Amino acid sequence: MDRATFMGYKRENGTIGVRNHVVILPLDDLSNAAAEGVSRLIQGTLPLPHPYGRLQFGADLDLFFKTLIGTGCNPNVAAVVVIGIEPNWAEKVASGIAETGKPVASFPIERYGDLRTIERAARAAKDFVQQASELTREPVEISELVVSIKCGESDTTSGLVSNPTVGKVVERMVAADATVLFGETSELTGGEHIVADRMKTPELRKKFLDLFNDYVGFIEREGADLMGSQPTQGNIRGGLTTIEEKAMGNIQKIGRARVDGVLHPAEAPPAKGLYFMDTSSAAAEAVTLFAAAGSVVHLFPTGQGNIVGHPVIPVIKLSANPITVSTMSEHIDLDISGVLALEKTLDQAGDQLFEVLTRTIAGRLTAAEVLGHREFVLTKLYRSA
Amino acid sequence: MRHEFLIHNPKDNVGVAVVDIKAGERVAGVSLEDGSSVEVDAKNDIPLGHKVALASMDAGASVIKYGVPIGKTTQAVSRGEHVHVHNLKSGRW
Repeated sequence: MDRATFMGYKRENGTIGVRNHVVILPLDDLSNAAAEGVSRLIQGTLPLPHPYGRLQFGADLDLFFKTLIGTGCNPNVAAVVVIGIEPNWAEKVASGIAETGKPVASFPIERYGDLRTIERAARAAKDFVQQASELTREPVEISELVVSIKCGESDTTSGLVSNPTVGKVVERMVAADATVLFGETSELTGGEHIVADRMKTPELRKKFLDLFNDYVGFIEREGADLMGSQPTQGNIRGGLTTIEEKAMGNIQKIGRARVDGVLHPAEAPPAKGLYFMDTSSAAAEAVTLFAAAGSVVHLFPTGQGNIVGHPVIPVIKLSANPITVSTMSEHIDLDISGVLALEKTLDQAGDQLFEVLTRTIAGRLTAAEVLGHREFVLTKLYRSA
Repeated sequence: MRHEFLIHNPKDNVGVAVVDIKAGERVAGVSLEDGSSVEVDAKNDIPLGHKVALASMDAGASVIKYGVPIGKTTQAVSRGEHVHVHNLKSGRW
């Protein structure tokens, strides 16, 4: 087994983070201005503005709460200030996050107004940042790591090189007893039987196929012709013709690993291993759901050049497309176009990616972090009441 | 050896261009599985990342990549032709 260690932050509940953010979390759209106000006053805070949180109901509301609470619970987050228009829902999110033992405070805007709320929240945020600044990294085993994988703006070079390179690292992580999350339900179409065959038990196989059929059924009920949308215009430009071809490229990311569990959106994995999560195939939505489930670092292979990032977890970009790595070099953390030219093997590319992963975990900023890509995109299941 | 395209699986009837291929060029492909090579005369321009037919196919034939069907041809395709949205369609939607 891989005994490699890395330097991480050990949180109160024993989970391991690779970043040390103090998050200012608005409960709803109305609270974005105050959250951003606090972050302008207090250096070292990270606001997470988003457009939702009002009049959602049922499963959509459940997913909303699960995603906000999960994001606050993420091990890359040292402390959280929650701001909401009214006290009850803000407190609900704050107490969900407080179960981790990390410092949390919540502030309502009603009966205070933005300005007094900003002052009160800023005082809490100041203390949290100073506390977080004293936390230090310590050596932890690789088995403590939760990693997620998802590709974007894929092309045929993704299926040839960058996705199988991720597959090499996934095989290594799973063998080392770490945890890996993958998803992109609709994008498995045409390769779903292969993923189903990787499930460790018949029960998991059924759970996976039920979720898959539900998602594809939903798309079909909407009467949508996904040609032109799935594969995307970028996929088609890059040479991908059909969803089956895209799916076969996509599933190279899990290598030859078997699947230990099937998760609902934003659901934290109950144990270690490789987990499928039912997610959209849109990059920022999927990464946001993985982060809410506890992923602390994300591997993102791209062909034509998806530039997504996430505010809380580093997103490592790799590409094998020689045009993309030269025209969009500032977005790419690892250029593996040499495999396409057969100058380098997939095993060598996998070793290189593992090294970039290790350095990123240790604190090296990704291209997306440095460029300010902080896409925090909540999955909305249906319209609000 | 110089190569212009790669082949995922020995069962495949398409290869993937790793450089921009011009119509009329004789191009070489390498199998990722066993390293064997094959030559094809390109009938069209085939941009980097796009597929080239390794065999002639009738309309309605399965196009095989990764050793599995990725869709069906919508017209007859000859060896060396560009294979993409104009002559290949998903079997799913």
